Amino acid sequence: MASLTLLVNGSEHKVEVPPSEPLLYILRNHLDLTGTKYGCGEGQCGACTVLLDGRPVRSCRTPAQSAAGKRIETIESLSANGELHPLQRAFLEEEAFQCGYCTPGMIMSGVALLASKPRPSDEDIFQHMNGNICRCGAYQRIVAAIHRAAGEGAKS
Amino acid sequence: MKKLALAPDAEQHLVEPLRHIFCVNRRELFKLLGAGLVVGFCARTVLAQESGRAQEHEVPDELASWLHIGGDGKITVFTGKVEMGQNIRTSLTQQVAEELRAPVNSIMLVMGDTDQVPFDMGTFGSRTTPQMGTELRTVASAAREALIEMAAQRWNADARKLTAQNGAITNPQTGQSVAYGELTRGQKLTKIITSDPALIPPAQWQIAGSPMPKVDGRAFVTGQHKYTSDMQLPGMMYGKVLRPSAFNSALASFSANGADKLPGVKIVRDGDFIGVAANELASAQQALSLMQAQWNSPQQISEAELFPYLKDHPEQEESRGFGGRSNHESGSIADGMKAAAKTLAQTYTVAYIQHAPLEPRAAVAKWNGTKLTVWTGTQRPFAAKEQLAEAFHLQPDQVRVMVPDTGSAYGGKHTGECAVEAARLAKAAGKPVKLVWTREEEFTWAYFRPAGIIEVKSGIAADGTLLAWEFHNYNSGPAAIDTPYHVANKKIEFHPTENPPLRQGSYRGLAATANFFSRESHMDELAHLAGMDPLQFRLKNLNDERLRAVFETAAQKFGWGKQAASRERGFGIGGGLEKGSYVAACAEVAVDPQSGQVHVARMVQAFDCGPVVNPDGLRNQIAGAIVQGLGGALFEAIHFQNGKVLNPHFRDYRVPRFRDRPKIDVELIDRKDVPPMGAGETPIMALAPAVANAIFSATGQRLRSLPLAPQGLHLSG
Repeated sequence: MASLTLLVNGSEHKVEVPPSEPLLYILRNHLDLTGTKYGCGEGQCGACTVLLDGRPVRSCRTPAQSAAGKRIETIESLSANGELHPLQRAFLEEEAFQCGYCTPGMIMSGVALLASKPRPSDEDIFQHMNGNICRCGAYQRIVAAIHRAAGEGAKS
Repeated sequence: MKKLALAPDAEQHLVEPLRHIFCVNRRELFKLLGAGLVVGFCARTVLAQESGRAQEHEVPDELASWLHIGGDGKITVFTGKVEMGQNIRTSLTQQVAEELRAPVNSIMLVMGDTDQVPFDMGTFGSRTTPQMGTELRTVASAAREALIEMAAQRWNADARKLTAQNGAITNPQTGQSVAYGELTRGQKLTKIITSDPALIPPAQWQIAGSPMPKVDGRAFVTGQHKYTSDMQLPGMMYGKVLRPSAFNSALASFSANGADKLPGVKIVRDGDFIGVAANELASAQQALSLMQAQWNSPQQISEAELFPYLKDHPEQEESRGFGGRSNHESGSIADGMKAAAKTLAQTYTVAYIQHAPLEPRAAVAKWNGTKLTVWTGTQRPFAAKEQLAEAFHLQPDQVRVMVPDTGSAYGGKHTGECAVEAARLAKAAGKPVKLVWTREEEFTWAYFRPAGIIEVKSGIAADGTLLAWEFHNYNSGPAAIDTPYHVANKKIEFHPTENPPLRQGSYRGLAATANFFSRESHMDELAHLAGMDPLQFRLKNLNDERLRAVFETAAQKFGWGKQAASRERGFGIGGGLEKGSYVAACAEVAVDPQSGQVHVARMVQAFDCGPVVNPDGLRNQIAGAIVQGLGGALFEAIHFQNGKVLNPHFRDYRVPRFRDRPKIDVELIDRKDVPPMGAGETPIMALAPAVANAIFSATGQRLRSLPLAPQGLHLSG
């Protein structure tokens, strides 16, 4: 067991966990941050995407130890003050989901994309988002939502 | 009492459950014997319902069991249907709001909670809109009439002069108005429906028929929605199940190998079932990796032998068959073939595929004495309840199943095995247990869309008139097996296979995708044989006006025939009808002549399911079905050998991703003059043949097996 201090959504959390325990399970089972989903446990589907120092990572493949000392952001951080992030709003406006299970991972990947490329092309989106699976097949709407949020960002 | 018959094709959606037979200890056995007759009787009833033989279930007529209006004006609707992404929580809300003339945000649906909702067979077969939608519209309409009557009595007015609008009854003559909540004052409204009240015709819809955002969309984009797999109960433990090394295995030996000594870990062994419950997920995982089991596995059919096996092992005539038999015959094939100027015989195949819902099967089980409560993502909460009652020798009233809005299913979550496993672990642990299947378990131990082999023989006249149509489907299923084209001589048969090699079950659209693929590919081949345009050939042989309309609409929007195919680009069309709705798709594929890679560049799909309840939700469903269908059309296949799945991971089971996505145009034909029908399945059916036909138009290669191009095309020269 290791005693780790994790900086999650701006707060410090001390956890006693096996050091190789994936970050995903610590977020979900110890910190009750269940917005981050298990989809495959193999880094193949993107449902567990969180930001680590601003970069998107698959939390199912990220040992907790390696996340210690870094800034961890989950879907719950985006609307912490009750106001939706522009990409969350865009997902609602485009209704870019059906069952919604992939949505937190999609949004976190999209937030990272918009941070590095405020006006992404379609190709940028395909390139960046191809590791996120939506089995309901809402890809066209997700692309539209990212463009919509990018447009809003340009206006504000 | 109103009786609700099971739809004739619903039987095809039923899946043989994974059997869990737990040993009964002596005390339980005595207990069981004491109440045994009752339990046994229930179990037989359950079995009869499960196998689809008892096809009727009484639906209570009492309004209060369906819909409740509180003194605060809040309307609660109870339905056994479940939400898993098909967006019925929203579309049913719209329909209730429409008939009740109440604001959408005053309506809340309680879905899939077996203690609270009336019995329902399950959410499958595109039945929600035609069946549940109509039922809820009916009760909402009766409620509206009751409210008007109550207001009329209160004001001593003529009920026929009063109007209902926006959650209140108004008397236009006096200007009086009273809110629904004020009328009901929190009492239960117990009106018995004695006749079918008039429903608002779709042409006059104000709330239904218009785009409506998902009613609880915000919970999904913020990560606040709690799926089953997100639930936490006080003292809850985490479950894992030790799986056999191959299908149909029997446990030969077992050693806990120290797993039982791990702190906070409880090993559960019951018959061939071995599982673990642990305080921490990591300990459960550790225990699972320590435990050692030897399994005896029989020799089993492998993928390489699949299609000959399916054809050569027909089920005995007297047995029921998966989905029953479904034969259509008229005229004489021999006569039709003799009269034909040209004939054709071809064979088509479809592979086993998986639903791969992104939320795997999950359940949280909690015992309170002998009362069992299970939260689980299933399409059939009452079937899961019955499965649990049977596994634990309980009375129906001792089991409650609740279904939180689920992370998709696509026909893959009809059974309750995960619920049974979680309940078994929780019973042994004496604490609530959560069990979430891994992706590998999901790919291996869930059931599969049946593989199939389909043989078609046909004959046409010199002018392209279809004269003979013989169609045999082995194993994949009878859904949409009949041809919608006019043909005087036809023979159409489904042949179920005895003991197919993998556990089979329903998949979005059932065998309609396989039967559409075979029929519409074959029609394309016939068109070329006749030297006709594939669209014109279809229209020449088609009388059904609604089907003609979707073909013509899709073709027009697509610009069918306006662009010549080349080595790099091809165009294909396909369509049909199923479950009362009509679909036609045009596909444009891009082929890389060097690498042989195929990309579906554009899809235009026209769809008619009668009056549209939520146009935006429907477009989402249709586009999603196209993307999902792309996987089974181009590259999805389960590989298996001797009882083992060889590719139980997303890294070697390719599903559609962003890069695979075509540009999609959806054309809705909003028919107000016919009853509304479902739309969850039919939109997936036309894509595969349209793509196969488009590949032919580019390359001249006629591909007759799904998936069409898992490794791209093999192009010569």
